[in-house]
Amino acid sequence: MSPAMLDLLIQSVWETLLMTGASGLISLAAGLPLGLALVATDRGGIAPNPWINSILGAVINAFRSVPFIILLVALIPLTRLIVGTSIGTWAAIVPLSIGATPYYARLAEVSLREVDRGLIEAARAMGGNRWTIIREVLVPEALPGIVAGFTVTLVTLIGASAMAGAIGAGGLGDLAIRYGYQRFETSIMIAVVIVLIILVCGIQWAGDRLVKRLDHRA
Amino acid sequence: MKMRRTAFVVEAGAIVCTCSKGKQMNSHVSVPGGIAAVTADIDVVRLENVKRHFGTTPALDGVSLSVRKGEILGIIGRSGAGKSTLIRCLNGLERPDSGSILVEGRQITGLDERELQPLRRRIGMIFQHFNLLSAKTVEENVALPLKIEGRPRTERLKRARELLELVGLSDKAKAYPSSLSGGQKQRVGIARALAARPALLLSDEATSALDPETTRSILALLKDINEKLGLTILLITHEMEVVRTIADRVAVIDAGRIVEQGPVWSVFADPKAEITKSLLAGIRPQLPAHIAKTLSAEPAGDAVLGVDLAGAAAQGTLLAELPGAFRLLHGGVDHVQNQAVARLYLAVPVAGAQTVIQFLEARTARIEVLGYVASNA
Repeated sequence: MSPAMLDLLIQSVWETLLMTGASGLISLAAGLPLGLALVATDRGGIAPNPWINSILGAVINAFRSVPFIILLVALIPLTRLIVGTSIGTWAAIVPLSIGATPYYARLAEVSLREVDRGLIEAARAMGGNRWTIIREVLVPEALPGIVAGFTVTLVTLIGASAMAGAIGAGGLGDLAIRYGYQRFETSIMIAVVIVLIILVCGIQWAGDRLVKRLDHRA
Repeated sequence: MKMRRTAFVVEAGAIVCTCSKGKQMNSHVSVPGGIAAVTADIDVVRLENVKRHFGTTPALDGVSLSVRKGEILGIIGRSGAGKSTLIRCLNGLERPDSGSILVEGRQITGLDERELQPLRRRIGMIFQHFNLLSAKTVEENVALPLKIEGRPRTERLKRARELLELVGLSDKAKAYPSSLSGGQKQRVGIARALAARPALLLSDEATSALDPETTRSILALLKDINEKLGLTILLITHEMEVVRTIADRVAVIDAGRIVEQGPVWSVFADPKAEITKSLLAGIRPQLPAHIAKTLSAEPAGDAVLGVDLAGAAAQGTLLAELPGAFRLLHGGVDHVQNQAVARLYLAVPVAGAQTVIQFLEARTARIEVLGYVASNA
């Protein structure tokens, strides 16, 4: 592999990491509150509200059912509004975040729902308000699941970011398509696949380790 | 009932009043800066005609009950009798449909969630499944009620240490609940419930998930806390043994109604409701099955008498003084709250039965003629 190619590969890794990391953090920041809202407004939750619950659920399902490649194109006007352009790595972060947020919200919802209702009752019996229940019970008790879900979301984002090449976002997927596939540079294709495997394994390994450290359940 | 001196610490410990329990006084002691005037001998909780329905089935069907300061009141009933609903009404986790609930003299039925929160801090609660937070260490769990109150960290940890010492778990402060045994978890639960210095401790089947030996040690701890701190305890259970071991008074609940209540020894000595008798069956001598099988309604042979005795009569030389012949079929003497309570099964020849019954009734025994058996049975 030529030094130029190596530079290209390094830059692509950086672009992939940037897209995955930024949209991952955004979907964590937006998806966790959404997951909390889903659990809290559900029947028997800490702030039951069937209307908000079904509207939230419907919106999340709608976004989840749109294939990412279509979301990428459909969101171009919004991307232009936020980033100023619809082309490039930063532009790709908008659809990636919007695609991953509802996905992560559902994952967070599942782990928050698993928190023993007795613990919520105990916090209420201690005189805790909703905020206390969220801060002291729901989030800390669901934290292993919240982290595990975040790991899964990051891995999914690495895959999705490959499609962002379609709007000129760069990244490893784009490199593999343009050089490895269209120019028959098999060595590039192989290198990209190896780097992707290392990235995914690394993220999963780190996530698993963190979950193990956080999990004090029996 | 025995008199007990109880020291009761009000709020932050500024005022200590000693009061003797068991008599009704109306002297109001106003607490400077306190929310409500605390009376020396007021009921900590008073329920009047509390009703709660789930759909069409009544969970509570007009419950009236009071919990007196410094006592341990046991509420016993089968599962589904309304115990859990009742205990949850006291701290507003459950709302009654109608009726009045006074906690430390304050009506709580009309309060909204925000108004209930400070009140709940005056009421500690322990649970059957402990409900400890797995993500927090033992001391963080114990300190949580104080964190909710907004106390500074140093004060919280100091109080947590004190309480862990009280429950005998000082060495587990930094451990996580998952590494503790069931009994240890419940001790942490008790320490946590006491953290905010509550006026009342609610115990929701706190020993039902524990083995008999651990149950005894947890009950001993609760009794100890009741005596040392003068803490009022209301416990619900389905086990008569729990009531027998630590309660001062017992209320029996069935189908959402309090069917019987009184000092434990008197309810044990003279259970009136069928449900009470059936709940007592496990810990009171029962007529052996092979004899019960041969009972007949025909007055012939020997009359089988079920005799309930309490106090001096149960301890004395009653049997030796019995006029006429008898056979002691089965029975035993138990001591509840330092009172002897006896249940005996006697077989007395039909001819002399009336004399024996009169003799026993004159000595405050309660007698049931259960039936008749052949004289050699």
